[in-house]
Amino acid sequence: MPEPLIFDKSQPGQRAVEFPPSDVPNAGPVLPENLLRRKPPRLPEVAERSVVRHLTILSRENFSVDTNFYPLGSCTMKYNPRVNEQLSGLPEFTGLHPYQFDEDCQGTLAILWQLQEMLKEITGLPGVSLQPAAGAHGELTAMLMFAAWFRDRGERRTTILVPDSAHGTNPASAAIAGFKIVQVRSNEHGLIDLDDLRSKLDASVAGMMLTCPNTLGLFETDVGEVAKLLHGVGAKLYIDGANLNAILGVTRPGDWGADALHINTHKTLSTPHGGGGPGAGPIAVAADLVPFLPVPRIERGETGVFHLVDTGHPKSIGRVRAFLGQTGVLLRAYCYLRRLGARGVRETAENAVLNARYLQSRCPKDFATPYAGDCMHEFVLSGTPLKKAFGVRTLDVAKRLIDRGIHPPTVYFPLIVDEAMMIEPTETERRRTLDWFADVLAEIVAEAKADADQLHDAPHTTSISRADEVRAARDLDLRYTWDEAK
Amino acid sequence: MAYLGNPPDTQKDMLAELGLTRHSELFRSIPESLRFKGDLNLPPAETEMDLVRHVRTLAKRNRPAGDTVSFLGGGVYDHFIPSAIDALTSRGEFLTCYTPYQAEASQGTLQILWEYQTMIAELTGMELANASLYDGASAVAEAAMMAAAVTRRRKVIVSQTLHPESLACLKTYLINTDLEPVTVPWKNGAADMETIAGLLDDETACVIAQTPNFFGVIEPMEKLSEMAHAIGALLVVSVDPISLGLLASPGEYEADIVVGEGQSLGLPMNMGGPSLGFLATRKKFARQIPGRLVGRTVDHHGKACFCLTLQTREQHIRREKATSNICTNEGLMTVRAMLYLSLVGAAGLKEVARLCAAKAHYLAEGLSQIKGFGVRYAAPFFKEFVLECDQDADRVLARVAKHGILGGVPMARFYPQMSNRLLVAVTEKRTRAELDAFIAAVSQ
Amino acid sequence: MSNPKGCKYTESHEWCRTEGPAAVVGITQHAAEQLTDLVYIDLPSVGDTVSAGQPFGEIESVKAVGELNSPVSGEVVEVNQAVLDDVSIISSDAFEAGWLIKVRLSNPGELDGLMDAAEYDKILADH
Repeated sequence: MPEPLIFDKSQPGQRAVEFPPSDVPNAGPVLPENLLRRKPPRLPEVAERSVVRHLTILSRENFSVDTNFYPLGSCTMKYNPRVNEQLSGLPEFTGLHPYQFDEDCQGTLAILWQLQEMLKEITGLPGVSLQPAAGAHGELTAMLMFAAWFRDRGERRTTILVPDSAHGTNPASAAIAGFKIVQVRSNEHGLIDLDDLRSKLDASVAGMMLTCPNTLGLFETDVGEVAKLLHGVGAKLYIDGANLNAILGVTRPGDWGADALHINTHKTLSTPHGGGGPGAGPIAVAADLVPFLPVPRIERGETGVFHLVDTGHPKSIGRVRAFLGQTGVLLRAYCYLRRLGARGVRETAENAVLNARYLQSRCPKDFATPYAGDCMHEFVLSGTPLKKAFGVRTLDVAKRLIDRGIHPPTVYFPLIVDEAMMIEPTETERRRTLDWFADVLAEIVAEAKADADQLHDAPHTTSISRADEVRAARDLDLRYTWDEAK
Repeated sequence: MAYLGNPPDTQKDMLAELGLTRHSELFRSIPESLRFKGDLNLPPAETEMDLVRHVRTLAKRNRPAGDTVSFLGGGVYDHFIPSAIDALTSRGEFLTCYTPYQAEASQGTLQILWEYQTMIAELTGMELANASLYDGASAVAEAAMMAAAVTRRRKVIVSQTLHPESLACLKTYLINTDLEPVTVPWKNGAADMETIAGLLDDETACVIAQTPNFFGVIEPMEKLSEMAHAIGALLVVSVDPISLGLLASPGEYEADIVVGEGQSLGLPMNMGGPSLGFLATRKKFARQIPGRLVGRTVDHHGKACFCLTLQTREQHIRREKATSNICTNEGLMTVRAMLYLSLVGAAGLKEVARLCAAKAHYLAEGLSQIKGFGVRYAAPFFKEFVLECDQDADRVLARVAKHGILGGVPMARFYPQMSNRLLVAVTEKRTRAELDAFIAAVSQ
Repeated sequence: MSNPKGCKYTESHEWCRTEGPAAVVGITQHAAEQLTDLVYIDLPSVGDTVSAGQPFGEIESVKAVGELNSPVSGEVVEVNQAVLDDVSIISSDAFEAGWLIKVRLSNPGELDGLMDAAEYDKILADH
C-alpha cells in the first residue's frame, strides 16, 4: 500500500469543512433521547490538504483511459470527451431538483427528449426509456416488460433463452425478473446454433437475450432468422447492446426484428466509466412494448413544451428506480451524439472495427484464434498454446501487460474460450498504439519462451505485486477496525 | 470526426494492409439485407464551439433549485458540497477507469472503495457495507430480495410510509417473483405497528421501513426491530445518511439490512441522477450481499493491498443464481461520498444534522403560527415535514414562487387526496432570513 | 493421484463409501484440483435430507462455484466441521480428512448405480 489509509491520517480535532453557527433562535428540536445517536461514527479527522493529497496519490495507482491504453474487451474504453464533462457540469443542470415543475426543467427535458429521438433512430426501434441506471438494469427492465406483455395477454411464459457465450448479467437479469434460464449452444463458428435454438423453442419461451455482435466479437449472421424463429413461437428477441459501438449507423437492431435492447452510454456513447459507474442503460423497444415502458416518460406537448409524465400509462411496469434516471450521464451522451452527427456515428463504428481488425492482424500468432470469422469491434484470442508450451497462463500475460503500462484486456471471458483474452481497442486509439500493443504482446511471448517465471511473478512495476485473492475471500476483511491502529 | 484515433490517410493505409479499399468492406459478415442504407436521420454534427453555445442556450431554459431558495426534498436535498469533491473526482484517473477487476492496476479506486465501505458501515452502525447500488429506491428492492435469500421466507411487509417511488420500485422488481410484498397503510403519518404486528408470521422475510419516513416522521424503529426479530424476520431500514449525524444509527436498534440514497453525501441534485444507493448489513450475511465488495488482503510479498472479493456471489460467475444482476454500479459517486464524509468528519456531520433540524423546526414553528397552516403530524421529525394548508398547496407554491422561493413538493404529486399538503425540507444552506421570507410569503 | 478402490464415484466427481448404515460423502481430488484454491463450502445441517443426484451444497474457489451433488439419498447424520472451518483440507486430503457429510442411507440400492474406481479412472482419462 503506497498510501496509508485515511483513517491512519486522522488527527483528533482536525477539521476540513466547518459550518456556520445556527442563526435561528431555537437550539434545535427537543427529540426524545431514545431517538438520538449514542455512539458517533468514527470518521477521519483530517485537513483538506490531507484529503487532497490522499486522493491525488491514490489516483496515481489507477490505470485509466486518460493515462493508459485500455483494450478491455466488451467495455468499450473509448476516450471520454471533456466538453461532455464541462457542459453536463453546468449549474443549470446539476442544480435541478427532481421535483421541480416541468416548466423549470425545459432545458434538460428538451435534451433528454431529443436524446430519446436519436436513440430511436440509431436502434431502429420506436420507443425509448432513459430510466435504467446501467446496462444490467436495462436488461432487467426489458425482462420485466416481456413478463408484463405476456401477463397482459393472459399468457404465462417461464423461460428465457441465453447463449453459452452470454455475459453473466443476462441470465442474472432474467432470473431476477422471475424467469428460468435455458442455455443455447454456440456452433463451431462461435455463432448461435440454430438447430439447438429450434430444439429449445416452445410455448414456454418468453424470449431470448442475444448479444450482437456477440462476445466473441462476431456478428450473429443469422440474427434475422433467430428473430423469425422466436416470433414464430410468440417469443421476443432481446439484444444486449453492450457491443453496439461496432454497428452504429451500419445496421440497426430494429431492422433485424429485435423487440428490445439496451444501450450502455458508458460504453458506446463515451460517458466515463468512473471506476464502475455511474453509467446509464437506456432501453429501446418495439411498438407493441411501448405501453409497458417504465414511468416517468418524457413527452412533448403540442406547444413544444416537455413534460415528465407519471400517470396515464396503465400498462407500464412502473418504476425501476427513483426519479427520472441518470440525468447527468444522459446529458453527456447527448453532447457526444451532437458532436458526431450521422456521419460521425457511422465513422465511429467503422473505425472501431477497423482498429480491431487491424490489431487482430498484427497480434502474434502464438495465441490461438478459436473462432476464425471476421471480427467486428473486438476479438478473442486464446492463450492455450502458451499454457501448453511454457506453462504461461493468460493471467500471467495480462499481469505482464501492466508492467508495460497497458491495461489488460478482458480475460477468461467468454467462458466458452479456454484462456480467453478479449481485446477491444476502440476507435479513439491511433495506429501507433495498436502496433505498440502488438509488439509488446510479441515481446511477452518471447519472455514466456525465455523466462516464464518473469511472467508468473508479474507485475513488477506496480506498487503492489499480485494480490492474494484467495486470502481475500477466505479471511474477509471488508472494513477498517480501529483495533489495528493501536 | 474529432474523436477518431486516425486521420483518413492512416485509415486508408490500415484498410490496405487488410486487403480492403473501403470501410464498408469491414462489415461483410453483416447480411446485405440487414444493412442500413443511407444516413441516419440525426441532427447535423456540431463543432465543440457550436455545441457549447447550443447546450448553454438550452441550459438557460432551466431554473435550477440550486440557484434559488429551495425547500424541495423527498429524497434529494440541496446540501452543501465542499469544493474539493469536484476538484478531485474530475481527475481522469478516477473518471476514466473501469471497474477494478485488475487489482494491481486499480489500487487507487479499490482503496477508496474500501474506505467508503468502512465509512458507510460506521455511519449506519453496521458491520459492513457494499461498494454501492444504483440508488436508494432500487436498493430497497435489492434488500428485500436479500432478506428473502437469508431467511428463505417469502413475505415482505412494507410500511407505506416508505418513499412512494421506492415502494413503486419494490413492486416492479418483485412482481414476477415468488416474493409477496404486503403494503401496510400509515397511521398518523407513521408505520402502523398494530397492523404490522398482526401480519408478522413465520413466513415473513422482512419488515421494511424508512426513517425519517417519507413524511419526515422519525419511525419507532426500536419497536419494529423487536417485533420483526421476535418472529425471525429481518428489519430492513431505508435512511437519510445526513440524519445519522443526530439520530440513532440502525446498528443501535439492531437493524439487519440498511439501505438509502447517498445523494446528500456530496452529490449534486442533478434532477435525481447519478444517484448513489448504499447497503450495509451484518457480517454473517456477507455472502448474500448484492453488488461488489472490496476486501483487504496482501500481495505476494506480504504487503497490504485491496481487491474485489466474494465475486462468486456475482453475476459474472454465478450467472442466474447470482445474488443480484448488478454489474456497473455508482463507482465515482462513492468517491464523492467518501470525500464528503472525510472532509466533513463526524463533527461536521453532526453540525449539518443539527442545523437542518434546528432550521426545519424553526420554520415549522413559524408556519404553524399562520392561521390555517400547521404541521400535519404530531410525531417527531428531523429536517422535513408535511405542511397542512387551508387551501390548495399549488396556490401556496405559486404565492411563494413570486418571492423566488420553491416552497416544497406538493403531496398531491404522490397522493391525489393530499392536495392541501406540502412536503417541506430544510437543509443547512437555508438562512434565517430565507426562512422568515418563506413564512412571510405564505402568510400573505 | 489415485482414486481409492473402496469408494464409489459419480460423474460429477463426488465419492462415497459405506460406514455401517451410513455413507461418507466427499468430492474427489480431481474435482478439488479443477476448482483450484478453495475458499468456501456450504453444507447441509444434521437432520436435513439429501437425494441422489440432487445438489446438497456448494463449493467455491475465488472465481468458480461448484454444485455438490449427492451420490446417495438419506438423512444427514454428521457434517465435517473441520472443512467448514478450513476448506483447504479438501485440497490436501480429499478422500480422508476432507470428507463432507455422512448420510444414513434410505436406499442402499443406489450404491450399485455408482461407478467403481476403475470406471471413474477411465472417465478422468477420457477427459
